Amino acid sequence: MARSSFWAILVGRLLQGILVVFTVVTIVFVVSRVVGDPIRYLASDESTAEEIEALQDLFGLNDPLYEQYADFVWDLARLEMGNSFLTGRSAVDEVRSRSVKTLQLGFAALLFSLVLGVPLGVIAALRRGTPIDWFARFLAVIGQATPNFFLGLLAIFFFAVKLGWLPTGGGGGVFSTNMIMPVVVLGMLTSAGVMRLTRSAMIDVMGTDFIRTARAKGLRERTVIRRHALRHALLPVATILGIQLGRLIAGSVIVETVFAWPGVGRLTISAIQGSDYPVVQLSIMVIASTIVLANIVVDLSYRLIDPRIRAGNA
Amino acid sequence: MSTEKTTPVDWVLEPRKRRQIRWRRMLLLVPAILILGAFLIAGIFAPLLTPYDPREIVLLDRLQPPAWDTAGSWDHVLGTDQLGRDILARIFYGARVSLIVVAVTVPASAGLGTLVGLLAGWRLGLTDKLLMRFVDLQLALPAILFAILIASVFGASLRNVIIVIVVWSWAGYARLTRGDVLSLREQEFVVAARSMGASDTRILLRHLLPNLLNMIVILATLEVAGVILIEAALSFLGIGVAAGTPSWGAMISEGRNFMKLAWWLIWMPGIAIFLVSLTGNLMGDWLRDALDPRLRNLQ
Repeated sequence: MARSSFWAILVGRLLQGILVVFTVVTIVFVVSRVVGDPIRYLASDESTAEEIEALQDLFGLNDPLYEQYADFVWDLARLEMGNSFLTGRSAVDEVRSRSVKTLQLGFAALLFSLVLGVPLGVIAALRRGTPIDWFARFLAVIGQATPNFFLGLLAIFFFAVKLGWLPTGGGGGVFSTNMIMPVVVLGMLTSAGVMRLTRSAMIDVMGTDFIRTARAKGLRERTVIRRHALRHALLPVATILGIQLGRLIAGSVIVETVFAWPGVGRLTISAIQGSDYPVVQLSIMVIASTIVLANIVVDLSYRLIDPRIRAGNA
Repeated sequence: MSTEKTTPVDWVLEPRKRRQIRWRRMLLLVPAILILGAFLIAGIFAPLLTPYDPREIVLLDRLQPPAWDTAGSWDHVLGTDQLGRDILARIFYGARVSLIVVAVTVPASAGLGTLVGLLAGWRLGLTDKLLMRFVDLQLALPAILFAILIASVFGASLRNVIIVIVVWSWAGYARLTRGDVLSLREQEFVVAARSMGASDTRILLRHLLPNLLNMIVILATLEVAGVILIEAALSFLGIGVAAGTPSWGAMISEGRNFMKLAWWLIWMPGIAIFLVSLTGNLMGDWLRDALDPRLRNLQ
């Protein structure tokens, strides 16, 4: 069998990804329109039947579902996302600024969990059985069992209300103090996962023959660990990054709520609750595409990092 | 010039050390089993354990601190909330909600996911492609958004929470089962069974499934904590169980405005969620180490 080239795989995965995102949006489209009624949020008690009718016509809500869907797909093909039912602004404008805020939070949290999780995992593995190891594992177990909304509330209580060091919530730039609590709370769960995985991978690697060989060559211990062991141990960590990113985005819905962070998760919640279809569709599409894309990137970069996969046709 | 300290090469632990570690693990299991037992008893026998109705509002008794506080009384061991409801009673009944959710969703999603994984890995071809696309879907739509959608369309209720969790969590089982089936199907005992004319059903149930059982049990145990955390998160967001139902997540959500005044409102349910999910994780880890250490990458 011919080995498929990197680019062929990339295109195939992208097409697959588009199909997945499209299906997700279709499901959301159908489910949200089965019962939701945007008009009840727009019409007042004094609205006459004609006015309501006119509103429904304006948004095309009187058409049969399949016609609405056909319109939607046609608009999508022309990259026309429509306007928010509630604010009248274009859905793209509504979603764009919010998505940037969520990405900012998500990437910072991912970085935080790598910066905290990888070194801690390596140290724990190298000092296996010592108090440092116990402490790191203890932290990880706590991090994995604490609900992030509870942790968030406690953090607000201590650092914002009691000590007054940090703001209780609200959005802010990359270097604003508003970032600190949401990022730490959001990254807690993933850093626990990263730490545990790094530790166990490191322990596995340190027992292998090629590490003994590297030592036998007379390499310095630091080189052995950095160049040989760590590189190898990070492979499994890289594979779960895609899944972790999905988790981060799901977690950001909660963290955004707790810290009043103006991200796309909160926007989606309010849009779903207000039956603001154009915004719901677009924001779900953005979220799903981000996750799918992240997984493709992780998958393909894994191919580039690991020579064994690059050589095979897996 | 290299005076660097070299770490010892004994990465394979000596037997005595290994025995020590194993004993320490066993000791850790004792509190885990105690917490799990308390959780089960609280959930099953909630009405017998407390004289209070978890929904009964007694405004005169509101915001009473726990018994060990100087202002507290033994009438309400863990205190009362902003509506005068007994917190211990709500914790017990909340355990019941979590227990029901776990008892229904974990077997359901394990069963569904295993079935899909078996079929996809065994049949391959079109069946495989189709089924695995569903798995990808689950990956691309975060559970919480899906839950909000379901809740806003069908309303918040225990039933909908269960549906959301099952729909969301079966895919993990499917992915792992399929992977294992792919490698098992080439093994000699399967080929032998096939050549003897065993039916597909027989091969799947009698030859493949027993080999997958360890993995499924481990994943299911690890999922318990995840399910409890998700139920709590959904209830916290107000899209979980119906309003008024005592659920740990909802208790934290309702109590957060009184955080300054009465810490016990969010600490009690918070500790409950923490302890139970901690126990689930510890048991899962222990099972995994005992049954199938290669599953360590599973989170």
